[in-house]
Amino acid sequence: MTSVPLLDVKDLSVEFRTRGGIVKALDRVDFSVEKGEMIAIVGESGSGKSVSAYTIMGILDPAGKATSGSAVFGGQDLLRAKESELRELRGREMSMIFQNPRVALNPIRRVGAQIADVLIEHGGVTRAEAPGRAIDMLKKVRIPDPERRAKAYPFELSGGMCQRIMIAIALACSPKLLIADEPTTGLDVTTQAVIMDLIAELGAAQGMSTVLITHDLGMAAEYCNRIVVMHAGHVVETAPTAELFNNPRHPYTARLIAATPRPTASLRGLASIPGSLPDLRATHIPPCRYSLRCERKTPDCDKPLPVHRQKDGALVACWNPL
Amino acid sequence: MLLLIGKRLLSAIPSVIGVLVVTFLLTRALPGDPAAYFAGPAATPQAIAEIRKSLGLDKSLPEQFVVYVKDLARGDLGNSIATGRPVLEEVRSRLPASLELTLLGLVVSVGIAVPLGVLAATRPGSWIDHSCRVITTAGVSLPAFFTGLLLIYVLYYLLGWAPAPLGRLDIFNSAPRDITGLYLVDSLLVGDLETFWAALKQLLLPAFTLAVFTLAPIARMTRASMLEVLSSDFIRTARASGLSPGKVVYAYAFRNAMLPVVTTLGMVFSFLLGANVLVEKVFSWPGIGTFAIEALIASDYAPIQGFVLTMALMYVLLNLAIDVLYIVIDPRVGFEA
Repeated sequence: MTSVPLLDVKDLSVEFRTRGGIVKALDRVDFSVEKGEMIAIVGESGSGKSVSAYTIMGILDPAGKATSGSAVFGGQDLLRAKESELRELRGREMSMIFQNPRVALNPIRRVGAQIADVLIEHGGVTRAEAPGRAIDMLKKVRIPDPERRAKAYPFELSGGMCQRIMIAIALACSPKLLIADEPTTGLDVTTQAVIMDLIAELGAAQGMSTVLITHDLGMAAEYCNRIVVMHAGHVVETAPTAELFNNPRHPYTARLIAATPRPTASLRGLASIPGSLPDLRATHIPPCRYSLRCERKTPDCDKPLPVHRQKDGALVACWNPL
Repeated sequence: MLLLIGKRLLSAIPSVIGVLVVTFLLTRALPGDPAAYFAGPAATPQAIAEIRKSLGLDKSLPEQFVVYVKDLARGDLGNSIATGRPVLEEVRSRLPASLELTLLGLVVSVGIAVPLGVLAATRPGSWIDHSCRVITTAGVSLPAFFTGLLLIYVLYYLLGWAPAPLGRLDIFNSAPRDITGLYLVDSLLVGDLETFWAALKQLLLPAFTLAVFTLAPIARMTRASMLEVLSSDFIRTARASGLSPGKVVYAYAFRNAMLPVVTTLGMVFSFLLGANVLVEKVFSWPGIGTFAIEALIASDYAPIQGFVLTMALMYVLLNLAIDVLYIVIDPRVGFEA
């Protein structure tokens, strides 16, 4: 790991102002993405996966604010970049695809036009060329009969088709980084595999880095070389995939793996994780946000959380790792 | 599209028939005897009975209804007792006056309210948002006749910028040849710019008065609708794709936000058309609202029935226009729906 990572997120904290008080959604989040690498950010709902992605993209809700840290992308700190600079990067250098593709597309605009919009904005494509290039993109994401489909509206297409359109929009300008936020949520299982294969394949072909945000550890294991495990706004563990599965070090990771279905485990053997995420509005959030659910809690756990880093980039944030 | 329009028109027939029956019965149920009213206070009972007979009011209700429907089928809406003129003629001359005023009022209103609502929604909490709230609240709280009188007082009486509020044209101009009945359109069609300006000058104050009154619902609806659309998933996608703010707000958000605004617009329009009597009174506007109120006070059956029927037809056409507009804006609205 001597090369400069494509995206280096360090010490990122994000707070939301809400009616109920300030919510500390992210607390000193660290992770990095190498060029051409596909990593996964895994965690349950509310663990801060999407907020991390939105912060990096600069499309966080106005109520949310990054209070510390940096997110360096290609030598530029995204957290300090101007909105106009970010807009230049978005869509061209880094793109994002979302869950529920059917509502993530403009319902009353033809899908070809939506792809063309991005091409005109960033790809240096003229208005006259754009429709043809949009059809090329549809071919690239393997949409049958692309000339006809380009004229379709999202409601006329299936969820899987819509996600292909989303991918076509995201990859239209060959970005260096793709953030896929639960790209298969809301799709049926066979479509999920097809969509993931498509993302992996197109990413590899372009030498693009991909951040896959998912709650599905199995999917993360299948496609990604490294996995970042998040819990309640903390990165609790980062490790290469095989390492993480064979030798999980954080108690939460171990519980997550135990809760993931696999061929050798019976349904009864799947363990649910007790408790739920702590209230992130509380003014006295414990230093280790997992300590309230943890069976390995020791008196040390009330002291500031230690982060053990290994030289291969793996890290675990725990007083009492496995 | 044509098929849809045809179907809609056919499906409106029952409601128009319903309107016919109900207005007929309601006008008959009104207190007051038109025969006695027109015979005057000094009339003898025989004279009143004579008038009643000549008006056909001595027949039973079903008989009167049959006569009414028969006349209607021939395109005869009856005569106004008060003016002696055929109702159809009155409606034909007065409806365009009201239409022209209401349409221009709405155009002015939309021209102000929609940009205001969009600006307020894209900058929530800003001074534009607050001034939008103040303007709409003020607009809806000031009664239209008051705004009208105030405008006349300031712009005509004090400053002398506006012409006298005496109807559709001042005395120096004659009405353009009757093509659509809308003076602005007709004068342009015959190429008479002088009459066009004269008619426009007469229209501006009452139209603006109406606009002030209708700003609130349109601006409010635009703002609420824009806020909702701006927080939706596809706007997040558009922003994540790095589209320019202008593209996001206008090409993506605005068109999606227009649907509820169009509905509101239709409601405001149909409400205004018959209800802006006070504005018509203040500006001596020969509109259809004034006509209906005067007929109502005099228990003048034929004009009331004519007015309600016209309004019902206008309403059917308006709803049809809104449906067509919906199809144009939103491809999800099915043609067969």
